[in-house]
Amino acid sequence: MAKSDISLGGRDILDLSSLSNEEIALILQTAAEMKKIMKRDIKKVPSLRGKSVINLFYEPSTRTRTSFELAGKYLGADVVNITTSSSSVVKGECLRDTILTVQSMNCDAIVMRHPIEGAAAYAAKVAKPVVINAGDGAHAHPSQGLLDLYTIKEAGKNVGPGLKMAILGDILYSRVARTNIVAWTRLGAEVHVAGPMTLIPHDIEALGVKVHSRIEDAIEGADVIDVLRIQLERQKKGLFPTTREYARVWGLNEKRLALAKKDVLVLHPGPMNRGLEISWEVGYCDNAYIRDQVQNGVAVRMALLFLTLTGGKHFENLD
Amino acid sequence: MRTLIKNGRVVDPAQKLDAVLDILIEDGRIKKVAPAIDAAADTVYDATGLVVCPGLVDIHTHLREPGLEAKEDIISGTMAAAAGGVTTVACMPNTKPVIDTSIIVSGIKERAAKEAYAHVEVIGAISKGEKGEELSEMVDMAQKGAMAFSDDGHYVKSTRLFLLAARYIAPFGKALICHDIDPELDAEGYMHEGAVSARIGVPGVPAIAEDICVARDCIISEYTGAHVHIAHVASKGAVDIIRQAKKKGINVTCEVAVQHLTLTDEACATYDSAARVNPPLRSFDHVEALREAVLDGTVDAIVTDHAPHAPEEKDMEFRYAPNGFCGLETSLGVMLTDLYHTGIFDLATIIDKMSCSPAKLFGLDAGTLREGAAADLTVIDLDKEWTVDPEKFYTRGKATPYAGKVCRGKAVATVLSGRFVMRDGVVCTNK
Repeated sequence: MAKSDISLGGRDILDLSSLSNEEIALILQTAAEMKKIMKRDIKKVPSLRGKSVINLFYEPSTRTRTSFELAGKYLGADVVNITTSSSSVVKGECLRDTILTVQSMNCDAIVMRHPIEGAAAYAAKVAKPVVINAGDGAHAHPSQGLLDLYTIKEAGKNVGPGLKMAILGDILYSRVARTNIVAWTRLGAEVHVAGPMTLIPHDIEALGVKVHSRIEDAIEGADVIDVLRIQLERQKKGLFPTTREYARVWGLNEKRLALAKKDVLVLHPGPMNRGLEISWEVGYCDNAYIRDQVQNGVAVRMALLFLTLTGGKHFENLD
Repeated sequence: MRTLIKNGRVVDPAQKLDAVLDILIEDGRIKKVAPAIDAAADTVYDATGLVVCPGLVDIHTHLREPGLEAKEDIISGTMAAAAGGVTTVACMPNTKPVIDTSIIVSGIKERAAKEAYAHVEVIGAISKGEKGEELSEMVDMAQKGAMAFSDDGHYVKSTRLFLLAARYIAPFGKALICHDIDPELDAEGYMHEGAVSARIGVPGVPAIAEDICVARDCIISEYTGAHVHIAHVASKGAVDIIRQAKKKGINVTCEVAVQHLTLTDEACATYDSAARVNPPLRSFDHVEALREAVLDGTVDAIVTDHAPHAPEEKDMEFRYAPNGFCGLETSLGVMLTDLYHTGIFDLATIIDKMSCSPAKLFGLDAGTLREGAAADLTVIDLDKEWTVDPEKFYTRGKATPYAGKVCRGKAVATVLSGRFVMRDGVVCTNK
């Protein structure tokens, strides 16, 4: 692929609002190259040989942590995972000290998942290595947003004017929703959110989205439906009365899916609650791109590590 | 001992005074205020080109003593006051132990009288341990000089207990200072609920969490006649309720904090934990409503809610950081920069709300330069440019959302009972 004028070398990836459309395009273009590597028989290149990546996860995560780990390993980096249960965090070490400790071991990138909004920005302020936000509270999950864009593009749709996007469910606590709202509205698409009003933030219209209580209104004519995971503790906290009512009123089933465009993409950041926010049938239908998302997640994360740690200078090493 | 302050622009809203005059101080009291006083003095201070006003009175601070000295103590807190031109501070009772008995009130007052760099007024707790369950010995504390009562940091959730407190204290003429935020709603969030919280994902608390509680406390004030003073009002709904209550003649007063007049929730957009405070920084429509309420007299006092924390407590993730930041060393400079030099408030309004009015409200021996009054003075250079540098603070709490702010206007000398406690930004420690 052609060398780009834009460089993400040394950049922290905290959210999509701090990336330009051109930078996002570069990441997606690079991810396409990465996906080719993933499909090789020997899927390992030396681009990041001698680089070390630390996955610092303060929250349980399977797909994000694993895909960052594989992304680093496919590119030849040394990847170490730290999870809260096995670190000094349980002994009461503050985030600043944990970050400085990790930095002292001369790592090149810190991939961080944290339950508190802004934690990645805090880490980036403290740390010299590249910080990649793998999710901070209800704020942002940039690699998820990028893999969603990649998946949509790969399916032949370009997020932009004329496209109707629907995001369903727990908008209030969702970093995926906030990430995609930022990216999709900026690219000019029409973004609709729907769900019980107790799960939709007050003043969300300020982000340029249309709010619906009836999900049918959001789904109608949609090009993309992003179904968010309903955390079961939200029901326990009383934000909606029962999972039964949620599934009946706000769950995505085949009947409701039929309101969307024929070639609609159904996305879900996973893990799915089958029978709650998404029905069994919809999760496995031809419109569901949920497993593509997972695969593309590895490619996008390879692209992020490659671009931030090499500045994109060594494309030749990819061959 | 006599001190003569020459040629200053004397601004004392308590007597509607604004003129170039001399002030003669003798034995800690104002002896004479007149043009060109010709008298021998031990100290003569040339205040040409400077404003001389009654020492600032801040009725809402946290000095953290006893028990929380890692955050602040009476000495560091009052040094910060002197540095900021504040001569009287009232300290809140959320200490360890809570200030809920007269012995603690007396202890603080005695230590302050001996060692502090400002007068310290003590606010006792309404309920034992600020737990909101049983009344504390408010009358005993009042007799030992407590200025008022508050469970600051907590809303008195039990309506029954607050009604009892109001009935009990009303005949003694002491105010109940109310921290009015619905605790259940408050527990759900960490900042103002609005466009910024929706964008950055930090759970928000709606402003009505404040309004709802203010309404109850106004109703209880009306029913009992007790003086209810609403602390740190920060919402447009709350000031509206207080305005209506005042119109009805209810014995309600209120204060607003400097930060709620000068900052919005955009200060939280970078997740700077220094901007975490309760009530939270709100959107600009609330800021405008509060400014209007200062101008129309709904607001009686401007305070700091000086709430220092140790760096290891405050320097962390936004949600984990405690509420509050220091304010004594920035309050005047910020007010002058953002509200005086911008033409929103005149100087008399600022001095009135930061000195005369709160002093009068709580019957303090402060807040005026009348002959015979306590010789507590603040000398202000309205045009002095300076940058807020927390490393230079006297307070132990270094976190402030104003760090790096370029200010215009600053206290350049502070006189406490006739003695200079600060000159040119340096606290005079040779006592």
